[in-house]
Amino acid sequence: MRVVSIGHIADSYALIKLSPLSGSLPEGIQPGQFAQIEIPDSKSTFLRRPISICMADYDADQIWLLVRNAGQGTSHMVNSSVGDIYNVLLPLGHGFSLPSKQGDSVLLVGGGVGVAPLLYFGKVLFEQGYKPVFALGARSAKDLLLLDEFKKYGPVHVSTEDGSAGEKGLITCNSVFASEISDIACCGPTPMMKAVAGIAASRGINCEVSLENMMACGLGACLCCVEDTADGNVCVCKNGPVFNINQLKWQI
Amino acid sequence: MANLSVNIGPLRLQNPVLTASGTFGYGEEFEDLMDINSLGGIIVKGTSLHPRQGNPAPRMVETPSGMLNAVGLQNKGVDHFIEHIYPRIAKKYTSEIIVNVAGSCVSDYVEVCEKLAPLDRIRAIEVNISCPNVKQGGMAFGTTCEGAAEVTKAVRQKWPKALIMKLSPNVTSIVDIAKAAEAEGADSVSLINTLMGMAIDVKRRRPYLSTITGGLSGPAVRPVAVRMVWQVAKAVGIPVIGLGGIASTDDALQFIMAGATAIQIGTANFINPRISQEVAAGLEQYCQENGLNDISEIRGIV
Repeated sequence: MRVVSIGHIADSYALIKLSPLSGSLPEGIQPGQFAQIEIPDSKSTFLRRPISICMADYDADQIWLLVRNAGQGTSHMVNSSVGDIYNVLLPLGHGFSLPSKQGDSVLLVGGGVGVAPLLYFGKVLFEQGYKPVFALGARSAKDLLLLDEFKKYGPVHVSTEDGSAGEKGLITCNSVFASEISDIACCGPTPMMKAVAGIAASRGINCEVSLENMMACGLGACLCCVEDTADGNVCVCKNGPVFNINQLKWQI
Repeated sequence: MANLSVNIGPLRLQNPVLTASGTFGYGEEFEDLMDINSLGGIIVKGTSLHPRQGNPAPRMVETPSGMLNAVGLQNKGVDHFIEHIYPRIAKKYTSEIIVNVAGSCVSDYVEVCEKLAPLDRIRAIEVNISCPNVKQGGMAFGTTCEGAAEVTKAVRQKWPKALIMKLSPNVTSIVDIAKAAEAEGADSVSLINTLMGMAIDVKRRRPYLSTITGGLSGPAVRPVAVRMVWQVAKAVGIPVIGLGGIASTDDALQFIMAGATAIQIGTANFINPRISQEVAAGLEQYCQENGLNDISEIRGIV
């Protein structure tokens, strides 16, 4: 796929929009699925990089990837230029489920760069008549990503650890959690997801989380990225990355 | 068109390209991305007598031009394979289906072989005496000539079809192990399994893998593998199957020129899921461009 635009956000993030070299996007990309990106000409970034799909824009035939510069592979991506070509495998994995009733109050909880798949999920929910609410957390105001995009699909509640935007503190302390919630979709750092899962479990809220265990193949073949679940060790890349918390053996 | 077919004991492959066990699932994970039937065959995930959960996460860390893994032979056991997986893949694929057999003791290996023997589409097994990631058995058998001989002899008595022994590079003399397997009736040896390695996360001051050590694979190990294939191919009379970091047609040709009759593609499947099909086509193109009538004309020319 070809980079058609790249927008840099703060010091270390980029929103990369990619279009197929020919033809159109594969049908039926689900929110929560991911892409495997081959980093060209690099011996140290030998494996593909799994990046969640931030948006599948079928009108423009684009996918959006929100990338944080966290290592050599993502550094290469963040420093891409328009016209660069990436070999991309997509869509992979199993995404978020739609809540059972349209009247349900769905809270989408994201932390840091983990907000990425919630944008596409929020859009799909909005278009299908749900009323998604976003709770987005970050270290500080500069790490809050794509807020204007999220606002297109629902109210956005923000927390920052240093108080530079929204409520001060962790997202799990945000006042939005005091409201009535029927479903939670969550993606972010593992400690955050575990805290959210704890809240959901204690209140009987249906909750899905998106895991990011280290992966190799992305196809369910190598069994490297397994998570211990009610069904034993299963591949995060194939059976996930999105799991209902009642499938996981987390201590919460 | 050049003849690419090769014989591994009684087994005939339409071309020398196989996929390495543990890197290609049961083929089905890749069938939307490539034509499985363009290959000589697939070697399915290591199969044990009883289901195995494998090792805890984390099981993988990327290293320069390669990766360390410590999967630990996670599989649902031979009965599950026979009942649920074999009927599906035997119907779908015309390429050879080779089962990689894992065991913790000699009787386990034998029992798995006895269960597989009636399956008519399984015309070969690859016996794994070289997994570095399990506590019992596995590599223990593959690191001594006596151990390798013991497993080969026991399996040979119950397995009449093509028998491939998969060898460990974590030994002083892989040639001696190969000779021991040949002496007990193996039809072929495949090498190399992963090299035992280790990587440490210096920020956290602890190993990356839950098992501390793991198996190194990928292009990083290729020169070691080519050297070992070259040494073994000169020393034994049975066909050698070469693997270790093959990621291109040229890489595959290195192994064939070193003496390999067939080759396996492993870790490279993770980066380019079509690589095995591309290498099979690449070998045919190489023969055409170089006026070869048969791929065997370059086998062991080094």
